Amino acid sequence: MASFAFELVSPERLLISEQADEVTVPGVEGEFTVLANHAPFITVLRPGVVTIKTGSSVQSFYVRGGFAEVNADGLTILADFALPAAELDSEALAREIAVAEAALGHATSDETRAKAAQNIAWIKDIRAAGVTVH
Amino acid sequence: MASLKDLRNRIASVKATQKITKAMQMVAAAKLRRAQIAAEAARPYAERMDRVLANLAAGMIDAPDAPRLLRGTGSDKKHLLIVATAERGLAGAFSSSIARLARQHADRLIAEGKDVTILPVGRKGADALRRQFASRLQPTVDLREVKQIGFVNAQSIAQAVLDKYEAGEFDVATLFFSRFKSVISQIPTAQQIIPAQLPEGTPAPAVPYEFEPDEAEILAELLPKNVAIQIFRALLENAASEQGARMSAMDNATRNAGDMIKKLTMNYNRTRQAQITKELIEIISGAEAL
Repeated sequence: MASFAFELVSPERLLISEQADEVTVPGVEGEFTVLANHAPFITVLRPGVVTIKTGSSVQSFYVRGGFAEVNADGLTILADFALPAAELDSEALAREIAVAEAALGHATSDETRAKAAQNIAWIKDIRAAGVTVH
Repeated sequence: MASLKDLRNRIASVKATQKITKAMQMVAAAKLRRAQIAAEAARPYAERMDRVLANLAAGMIDAPDAPRLLRGTGSDKKHLLIVATAERGLAGAFSSSIARLARQHADRLIAEGKDVTILPVGRKGADALRRQFASRLQPTVDLREVKQIGFVNAQSIAQAVLDKYEAGEFDVATLFFSRFKSVISQIPTAQQIIPAQLPEGTPAPAVPYEFEPDEAEILAELLPKNVAIQIFRALLENAASEQGARMSAMDNATRNAGDMIKKLTMNYNRTRQAQITKELIEIISGAEAL
């Protein structure tokens, strides 16, 4: 299977940079999966789980917002905040919800308020679904 | 001439000072290493952000509906200077050189008849600018409690700045910080962050991107984030520069204390010798008188 370069970076550090076969990304308009030779593409992310498949190994990371850019070189995810999914316990989720709620409290326009409310709903979805730890 | 006891006391006191400066130097060296690692770890994100932004904005900059953060407000009357300095002193000329650059900038703008407000980040810069610009100073952003600068700190500053921009309090924002070149060289730098400045000479993307949601909306998300990233980068560079400056300042102080101890010890020994000689002469002349 053809692989491509994948990078996951948060403002504080580079979390992962390697060749991947298949990466599933939580886009703001729905999840999508990137394979090698994907068309150039930029999207905003929603809070969710990124799953990376390389050969037979599978890794997953929780990301809170950010961007994904696919170009000829590969896929780059710029996450506002990222955490290996294994470390995402109920405590971390509660913290995430608190952050999202603070953003809601800070929102000044209807648009940002709607966005923040949507974020909270997404995080609660993750909690309800229970994160699959590989 | 100082008595032997005075000299002994002075030597002891300088030695104690030397111990402190030496310890501070070592602490700064350890912190510097950590700050450097943090600054390096943050680089990939900022680089990729620049690239994505350049790709996106190249096509948008002339569009009439381009976001205000990219296009500007159409005027450059009101300026905001964000001056990032240290919270603590004893770091040589670190804070004062940043403050000096900001002051020159502010003086020039004021001479041009512009409206200038200053947002100090860090107490030292605020102190340095208060005398001259008291009426233009905004409440200082205090990072004293922060041990390791995180993205959240930058984000909250960025949020405050963006709120002011939305409220029309300024047209152009410039960030002042010290770029970390090496332990002995930190360069005070001014960088315009609003409206966004694009990295120059980026070629147009060979392949047109697809956007989800549309281009304008992504840009509207990306630009505020970019402000936070630029501030974050500046804070990290500043943290590394501060420790570097403190390290070399304390190294100098330790060396000066060493010189001083040498001089005082010499003086002490000479005085002691003179006293012994004097006592001997007294005894001898006393014996001869008999």
